[in-house]
Amino acid sequence: MVYIGTPTSRVDGPAKVTGAAKYAGDAAASGLAYGAVVTSAIPKGRIATIDTGAALRVAGVLDVLTHENRPRMARRAAAYKDDVGPEQGSPFRPLYDDTIMFSGQPIALVLAEEWEIARFAASLVRVEYEAEPFATDLRVERERAVAVDEPPKPRGNADKAYAAAAIRHEAEYFIPIEHHNPMELYASTALWEDGKLTIYDKTQGVLNVHNYLCSVFDMKPDKLRVLSPFMGGGFGSGLRPQYEAPLAVLAARALERSVRLVLTRQQMYALCYRPATIERLALGAAPGGTLDSVSHEAIAVTSQYEDYFRNDTGWSGLLYKSPNAKYVHRLARVDLPTPSDMRAPGATTGVYGLECAMDELAVALKIDPIALRLRCYSDRDQHDDIPYTSKQLRKCYRQGAAAFGWDRRNPKPRSMRDGSELVGWGMATGVWEALQMDTALRIVLTANGHAEVSCAFSDIGTGTYTIVAQVAADLLGLPLEAVTVRLGDSTLPQAPVEGGSWTAASVSHAIAKTADEIRKELWRLAKAMPNSPLGACRLEDIALADGRIIDKTDSGRGVAMTDAMRHGRRDRLEHETTNSFAEDDKHARNTHSAIFAEVKVDEELGVIRVTRVVNAVAAGRILNTKTARSQIMGGVVGGIGMALHEETLIDHTLGRMMNANIAEYHVPVNADVHDIEVIFVDEPDELVNPLGIKGVGEIGIVGTAAAIANAVYHATGKRVRDLPITLDKLLG
Amino acid sequence: MAPTIRKRPNGQTIPAPAKIPVSLTVNGVPREIVVAPWVTLLDALRERLGLTGTKKGCDHGQCGACTVLLDGRRINSCMTFAVMQDGAKVTTVEGLARDGALHPVQQAFIDHDAFQCGACTPGQICSAVGLIAEGRANSVEEIRELMSGNICRCGAYPNIVAAIRQAMERERP
Ligand code: FES
Ligand code: FES
Repeated sequence: MVYIGTPTSRVDGPAKVTGAAKYAGDAAASGLAYGAVVTSAIPKGRIATIDTGAALRVAGVLDVLTHENRPRMARRAAAYKDDVGPEQGSPFRPLYDDTIMFSGQPIALVLAEEWEIARFAASLVRVEYEAEPFATDLRVERERAVAVDEPPKPRGNADKAYAAAAIRHEAEYFIPIEHHNPMELYASTALWEDGKLTIYDKTQGVLNVHNYLCSVFDMKPDKLRVLSPFMGGGFGSGLRPQYEAPLAVLAARALERSVRLVLTRQQMYALCYRPATIERLALGAAPGGTLDSVSHEAIAVTSQYEDYFRNDTGWSGLLYKSPNAKYVHRLARVDLPTPSDMRAPGATTGVYGLECAMDELAVALKIDPIALRLRCYSDRDQHDDIPYTSKQLRKCYRQGAAAFGWDRRNPKPRSMRDGSELVGWGMATGVWEALQMDTALRIVLTANGHAEVSCAFSDIGTGTYTIVAQVAADLLGLPLEAVTVRLGDSTLPQAPVEGGSWTAASVSHAIAKTADEIRKELWRLAKAMPNSPLGACRLEDIALADGRIIDKTDSGRGVAMTDAMRHGRRDRLEHETTNSFAEDDKHARNTHSAIFAEVKVDEELGVIRVTRVVNAVAAGRILNTKTARSQIMGGVVGGIGMALHEETLIDHTLGRMMNANIAEYHVPVNADVHDIEVIFVDEPDELVNPLGIKGVGEIGIVGTAAAIANAVYHATGKRVRDLPITLDKLLG
Repeated sequence: MAPTIRKRPNGQTIPAPAKIPVSLTVNGVPREIVVAPWVTLLDALRERLGLTGTKKGCDHGQCGACTVLLDGRRINSCMTFAVMQDGAKVTTVEGLARDGALHPVQQAFIDHDAFQCGACTPGQICSAVGLIAEGRANSVEEIRELMSGNICRCGAYPNIVAAIRQAMERERP
């Protein structure tokens, strides 16, 4: 392998640093009309009247669409379901009728010759509401929260064991609503051509949007093409179709014209979010530091119309050995939009609670936090009592601790200082799943020795273009420059949405399978050549390397691929296959990490800085250490934001998000981020899949906020369990 | 299906503001546009001049995605109107490469993997070019501080700092 496993610069780098990369709101078209959305000012009720008269009188306005006059959309709620939305409930239908289900809901779309005109006219739309009572506060609604039945099965009797345990720790940890806030605004550019639509949409799944729009608008699949060749960040917010796409279709159909619709940053806050969640942990332990009992309850918000939830609680009994474990997940329905996946959904919040609770238990037991985790270490999946395909978490603890200098830690809180600042060192464990999905992929090899690899997956910034080029170049025996990658187009071979860390494994095995078809065909062509040096070679002995078809047992023996193709009069070899992964319920598949954080806290002002983070990750084979390191680093920065900055505040008297912008919703900026060291520990894995790939998109954030929170406790002696840890909570 | 455009309702037309001619030199090329006063420099570049390399992340001066160089200084192009910049020289991310060779800051961003999704990248790069020209950032801490107007939600900050240091070192041998 020449490219797999090596640090490789992004193949789409030049396009991104020169401004040539075209995102959804960048697509060029002549005669574009522009849209501006009007949103509801109340969280619940009906639109009594909507007066668009003044807006329509603005020069340059083309139309104003509302539920009263929009083109036809499907009536059945089921038509609005998508591949990844919650099973329970009925999806939001934009501009469908007069019902208001959340503040910020789109209720009118102004269309004009220019964006500024549309925006101005949108300010003139007058709406009368019939408001209804609403609820948005998790802390109030938790009383009415209902249990969902998805969590893993319990074992033993957790309550009894907890009551009998020598050392007990019980506490609630809180994660507020957080917003993904990708830097790119949600946008759709719908190009209209004689009833056919080509839509550049900001999405993590072109096929999901394609299927959704075909269903909502009853369109023939070949009348619609959805593209997302570049995506300016998603973090989960673009897994489901967002409302800009159907509104752009409505507009293009109403005007029979191409339309650009770009949402504002404020409007994006009403798309989706990480649900506010209370994590209640109860850990019972023996004095030696082994767990007797783990109870984990999560109470999270969801909307009134869909039950969104992920696995928050199951990580606790999975990660650590405990004979007794139980899990409860409850949902509080509130008048907000449906939450969505955001960076390692479920694990980021659940493991935050678990890993803070483990730290508190270590304090109660008076043992080192790593020692506690090693005593509870489990080599088997605790839910199903099966082994892992691989689990090198011990190495993560060891190598992470060594790089961080953990052995110099004085365990006493407030014992370490740097001038006027208190210094704290904390650690936590991270865990995520190694998923893989069936994926179709096409390779076209042309007689000039060039390959085009195409698949509908999107590159949302994760580096998919680059790893596809690397894997294809290696498996086809071509230089990286001879491989072109096409992604993010609904006309390409089918792939699922890009998310969950499953893309690298899924697409790599699709390449492997398809490249193998190419290899077979090249072998046949090479054998057919007169006096072929490979005439007697069996397929098993054939490999592709350096542009040649070679005999593995004697690499001097071979022929150039281009010669074999020319001789066989083949301009191009084309193969499309769909990979499928062998079912294996005998092994658990997970990635793990150990995160170490240093904080410095100004004793008088309470200002917290995260000065150092070491994240040691065990995630199987790393395809590209350069881009994978960036993914982990990005996850750590997300974890810093979660720990110290991020919080969407709701005015519960208005049912509205108050800080729907990126000045008042704080995210980490450059000055907030200091040294981050990423370690990939060696984790060979022949069981997870043939190439040993587990994916690294999510694991970087899991546990990071807990490591920081634990460091803040170590620095100050104060335990703040409600995120974000702001200075008022620290000083208060 | 016929278009459903509705008839303009009775009553006086509400006029859009009158358009004004503006001359800009964009990436070395003189450009003339006629725009209403409410058009930001950002939207003039993106929607009137087809230069979509400059990104919009907030439209409120909060994110830095729209950073361009105006007469050599870095500014948020969403925070100024095009009509205010008549006669100005604007450099966008599309105008940094010379004769097919990337600008040292662009190359350094690739070398250090200083981006993931790329949505903040044109702004980061223009901001970095402006920062280096200012000659103020002499330490890593100063680079971090003076680049803090450019948010990167993918969290590439350490790589962005490394890239800027590389470009700075190449600039002053
Ligand atoms: S778009 Fe100008 S600062 Fe965000
Ligand atoms: S690279 Fe995605 S926001 Fe910076």
